[in-house]
Amino acid sequence: MTLFLRLLFRNRLAGFGAVVLGAIVVLAVLTPVLPLHPPNATDTANRFLRPLSEGHWLGTDHLGRDLLSRLLWGTRLSLAVGFAAAVIAAVLGAAIGIVAGYAGGRTDNVTMRGVDMLMAFPYILLALAIVAVLGPGLMNALIAVAVVNIPFFARNIRGVTVSLAHREFVDAARLSGLGHIRILTTEVLPNVVPVIVIAMSTTIGWMILETAGLSFLGLGSQPPQADLGSMLGEARGALITAPHTSVVPGVMILLIVMSINLLGDGVRDALDPRLRSGALARPMPATLVDRPAPPPPTGDGLLRIEGLRTDFRMGKRTGRAVGGVDLALAPGECVGLIGESGSGKSVTALSVMGLVPSPPGVISGGAVRLRGEDLVGAPYARLRALRGNKVAYIFQDPLSTLHPLYTIGEQLAEAIRVHHPVSRADAHARAVQLLDDVRIPNAARRAGAFPHELSGGMRQRVGIAMALANDPDIIIADEPTTALDVTVQAQVLRLLDDLRRSRGLAIVFITHDFGVVAQLCDRVAVMYAGRIVEEGPTEAILAAPAHPYTARLIACVPELGGGRRRLEAIPGLPPAVDALPPGCAFAPRCDRARDACRAGEIALEGATRRVRCLFPVAPPEAAR
Amino acid sequence: MTLALKTEGLACAFPVGKRLIGPPRALLHAVHSTDLRVHTGETLGIVGESGCGKSTLARMLVGLQPPTGGRIEIEGAALDRADPAAFGRRIQYVFQDPVSSLNPRKTIRQILEVPLRHLHGMGRAARAARIDEIFAAVNLRPEFLDRYPHEFSGGQAQRIGIARALAAAARILILDEPVSALDVSVQAQVLNLLADLKAEFGLTYIFISHDLAVVEAVSDRIAVLYFGAVVEEGPATRVFATPRHPYTRLLADSAPQVGRPLGGEGAGELPDPLDPPPGCAFAGRCARATERCTTQTPRLRALEEDHLAACHHPL
Repeated sequence: MTLFLRLLFRNRLAGFGAVVLGAIVVLAVLTPVLPLHPPNATDTANRFLRPLSEGHWLGTDHLGRDLLSRLLWGTRLSLAVGFAAAVIAAVLGAAIGIVAGYAGGRTDNVTMRGVDMLMAFPYILLALAIVAVLGPGLMNALIAVAVVNIPFFARNIRGVTVSLAHREFVDAARLSGLGHIRILTTEVLPNVVPVIVIAMSTTIGWMILETAGLSFLGLGSQPPQADLGSMLGEARGALITAPHTSVVPGVMILLIVMSINLLGDGVRDALDPRLRSGALARPMPATLVDRPAPPPPTGDGLLRIEGLRTDFRMGKRTGRAVGGVDLALAPGECVGLIGESGSGKSVTALSVMGLVPSPPGVISGGAVRLRGEDLVGAPYARLRALRGNKVAYIFQDPLSTLHPLYTIGEQLAEAIRVHHPVSRADAHARAVQLLDDVRIPNAARRAGAFPHELSGGMRQRVGIAMALANDPDIIIADEPTTALDVTVQAQVLRLLDDLRRSRGLAIVFITHDFGVVAQLCDRVAVMYAGRIVEEGPTEAILAAPAHPYTARLIACVPELGGGRRRLEAIPGLPPAVDALPPGCAFAPRCDRARDACRAGEIALEGATRRVRCLFPVAPPEAAR
Repeated sequence: MTLALKTEGLACAFPVGKRLIGPPRALLHAVHSTDLRVHTGETLGIVGESGCGKSTLARMLVGLQPPTGGRIEIEGAALDRADPAAFGRRIQYVFQDPVSSLNPRKTIRQILEVPLRHLHGMGRAARAARIDEIFAAVNLRPEFLDRYPHEFSGGQAQRIGIARALAAAARILILDEPVSALDVSVQAQVLNLLADLKAEFGLTYIFISHDLAVVEAVSDRIAVLYFGAVVEEGPATRVFATPRHPYTRLLADSAPQVGRPLGGEGAGELPDPLDPPPGCAFAGRCARATERCTTQTPRLRALEEDHLAACHHPL
């Protein structure tokens, strides 16, 4: 709750709205005890007194009634009616939406088409029709406004409920013996309430306006009762001669609706989890760089990552996602980067081309040198020229990286034309050739297919074709086969292996699977808590891991053919990136750890095999 | 050994292209007529690739998905779907995604109380005592009980999911990919916990996964599912070591393995489920296929006493 208020008032306009609305509400509540003239007492001798007249601060209207008193009583009524209408519309609309969304099928169809029909009428026409049937009066205007707004709530809430009704926790509740009504009230409703509040906060101002509109037309509050709409309506005749009688209620309506809308937007921003996390903020085209100075080059080669540090800066907290990674890649070489989730392997790979989203990502140190050229801090135009051209990426889920509305042929052709000035026809021919290269059967016809028409394995081949489009030197593959079935995974791995040999590609292959690394990679680097803990030739490391983490990670993965057995689990959990222990990050889970491990930085040492450990399992040099 | 669970001709088909009135345009057969037998205290592993119907099968067994044919017997009695609570007391389900299977707006204690109250009608004091017991069984600290699901890591959340299944006191657990959302180091912890709980409470597991090595490590028997039907069934020690069905061989050879060269020869994909081929569904990808395979659907038959395969030309 305090978090909610803090977020709300961080938005200045929402804070302003809250203050104005608060003042109006306090005045409206206190109206009966304030020393005011009676609102309906006429005094025709003093008609149309100007504001600041004696005894009448805001003047009087066409019957000589005190405007200030009528304004406050009218505001009180308008607020109450608008709020009541919003609550009725929200309750009924949410009830319809939840039932329709949860029941699904025919119930959903019939109910929602009925709601759609209600929506098809212009709202004012519908409200007029309802008042015409029920007769004029404030209560009937309230009913009309509420009914008119039910579809808005029903549709909103139904959409949210549909997505909730298929969530696993609803299934779990069913298995725990809950009936439909209990599931709706105890499982679904608590998750829907924030949406109802958000919808209410943004519509209540609108409902006050609608009620005022009906009263203005003489269909709402009946004389002599004052509400803001009827005050405007009665003042219409004297608009030119006594403008203040219209201006006073008009300004009040403006203040109320404006303050409610500002506050409503603030409430929505503060409650909506997506907005709160900042996920909707547009990331910058390249990762922010904030490093003291680039380190001196340590050698040459195709790609050298040198002392790379990438942080996630979220408010006061700083998460060290990558804490000083050194990795070199030679032409035609395949290096595996292995680690668990949160170990920084993906962030390392994305940092190479400045693809870590900023905010919150910041490259805070080190260098990434492509043939000697430092890419960290390179101008965006230079990065763009290299992205997809010299260094290409393959991601885990090709369905989310391919555009759903373009055919795969068009997307491939576009990728080619971004970097090469070729004609459309040439680009298309090249696209078909690429699809053929990644062994998509009937490539010419498949080029016209949309991504959703392909199976997962086929889509990942398209992803690979996309990466190959501009003959890159390096492909960075981020868990490209994790989402695929084993038989398809084997096909895709073989394809990658064949391509790298026939084209001399260098590959950085990110995975969590030692089996995949063993089959594909020449060298492997094991990452833990943002650092490489061990690196060297794949076979040597798999045969005799030196770092205790590597050894235990290999041991805890069951191997096919091992039969039924107990697994060698690693106790505990990896550390959080914003609370890393000093010294070795693995020490709290390690059975070989001694006091020295927790004392200070431990270097990655060795020549062909490097290990970051004071007490390695097998001395790396001896294991060679 | 007594039978914990038995299915006969269990099948499920989904209508595709529903019309307002009249029959749907087509039927998608997610699970073909399936006979399974699980003995008390046994772990039956079910492996298969995506789209093979393993999740539909699991959801039918716990009553979340009504079957379109066949019957389910649990501990000798046919399950009727009239009383959902009856399902809950006899068979429980552990979900694949541990975080999304916990209601984000409830504390762990509230989540665990639901089955105790609605399946077993326990009073407040009895519930609190039982929850402490269960929580200790899954190695979680009692102070976690009053926290919300988003405060937990995947491995901890999966322990909570297991605790909820235990709270129902069902003797049969359906584990639907219980470790595939977890990191490998945590995966081993959860698998070991499952093994301990099984020994402690005498549970029967049906363990569904796409990871052959994991299934082999936890199962007594394994059934291989392809295209909605069981193609091979046998003891865990033999199914992948000496497969009889060519598809099982393909699966076993495709699993990435340290010290084995890359597989991946032989392309081919699943057939279109809306337009299934006649005969054996694997014939299009199979090197041993003959004309008979493309006309006649092979039945699951015993090749050895306890090793079954649905193939005209078994290996």
